[in-house]
Amino acid sequence: MKNIVEINNLTKKYSNKIALDNISLNIEEGKVVGILGPNGSGKTTLIKILTGLLRQTSGEVLIDGQKIGIYTKSIVSYLPDRNFLYKWMKIKDASDLFKDFYSDFDEGKFEELLRFMKLDRDMRIDTLSKGMHEKLNLSLVLARNAKLYVLDEPIAGVDPVARDEILNAIINNYNEKSSMIITTHLVRDMENILDDVVFLKDGKIILSDSAESLREERNMNIDDIYKEVFSQ
Amino acid sequence: MMEFNNNLPIYIQIMNLIKSKIVSGEINGGDKLSSVRDLSKELKVNPNTIQRAYQELEREGIVFTQRGMGTYVTEDIQVIRSLKMNMASEIMNKFIDDMKRIGLNMDEIKKMFIEWIEKEDR
Repeated sequence: MKNIVEINNLTKKYSNKIALDNISLNIEEGKVVGILGPNGSGKTTLIKILTGLLRQTSGEVLIDGQKIGIYTKSIVSYLPDRNFLYKWMKIKDASDLFKDFYSDFDEGKFEELLRFMKLDRDMRIDTLSKGMHEKLNLSLVLARNAKLYVLDEPIAGVDPVARDEILNAIINNYNEKSSMIITTHLVRDMENILDDVVFLKDGKIILSDSAESLREERNMNIDDIYKEVFSQ
Repeated sequence: MMEFNNNLPIYIQIMNLIKSKIVSGEINGGDKLSSVRDLSKELKVNPNTIQRAYQELEREGIVFTQRGMGTYVTEDIQVIRSLKMNMASEIMNKFIDDMKRIGLNMDEIKKMFIEWIEKEDR
């Protein structure tokens, strides 16, 4: 199967701190990959390099065979772990913003996602709850017809109902031609939608495999493996 | 929504779920299974995992795929019958193991079992 992401010997240092330490990882087309690790393990740094927001110190990162740049940014749809919309906007303004910025933004798909998330085009951003914010942001990101979706902590801090809606939206929008990278520390809630899992600890990959093989080998679910790995 | 709590791979848990629906008659021979995508939404599980469960069920001869139509439960009564017998022996094994674990021997288990069934019959 074709690799959508190829990472070879990637290292990122912030002055004297090593955030990513010689990481190598391939992500196949059509896969949903979970990057799992506690806060400070390097998850967000990795994602910021993939999305072109940070440059690596050394090593190679290719998306769809290309170095990070204008092309890769055009095929990667990124959900940051914090809000990226202006407070004065209405949802329809956010939609227009995405339409202007991204040629692959599909307004029809966005409308469908809004309905599914029970959001309305005329709602003001500053009146939205945390869960609604997260649902709006995800709707914008999933409405792009991207090759790679990068979702940074998509369900952190939202209530269980919103969490279910977000998981459903992710599943509904999955297709074999695109891949997803999802970071989370809420492993229990996410593990059933992941094909592969990558455990990141102190900037190193300490375990990387298909979720089902890990369950089979260890007779544990991914959540329990996570607890075992990170409590040491 | 189904809870995937135990430590088996999820595709096997989904296979078991479908098998028990077939054996109990909730799904009949010849019935169409939910599409991969629909079951994926219903169980909140990655579609590739559902696909794998369907493939393994097909390998075991329990379901078959009609190109472009979907996945159907076999109409072979023998296959369904043997599925039922396999599940019954698994339950029986577990039952015997549990009884032994609480310190009963085979004679005691047998006696108790017969008494129990006679009582249920009345």
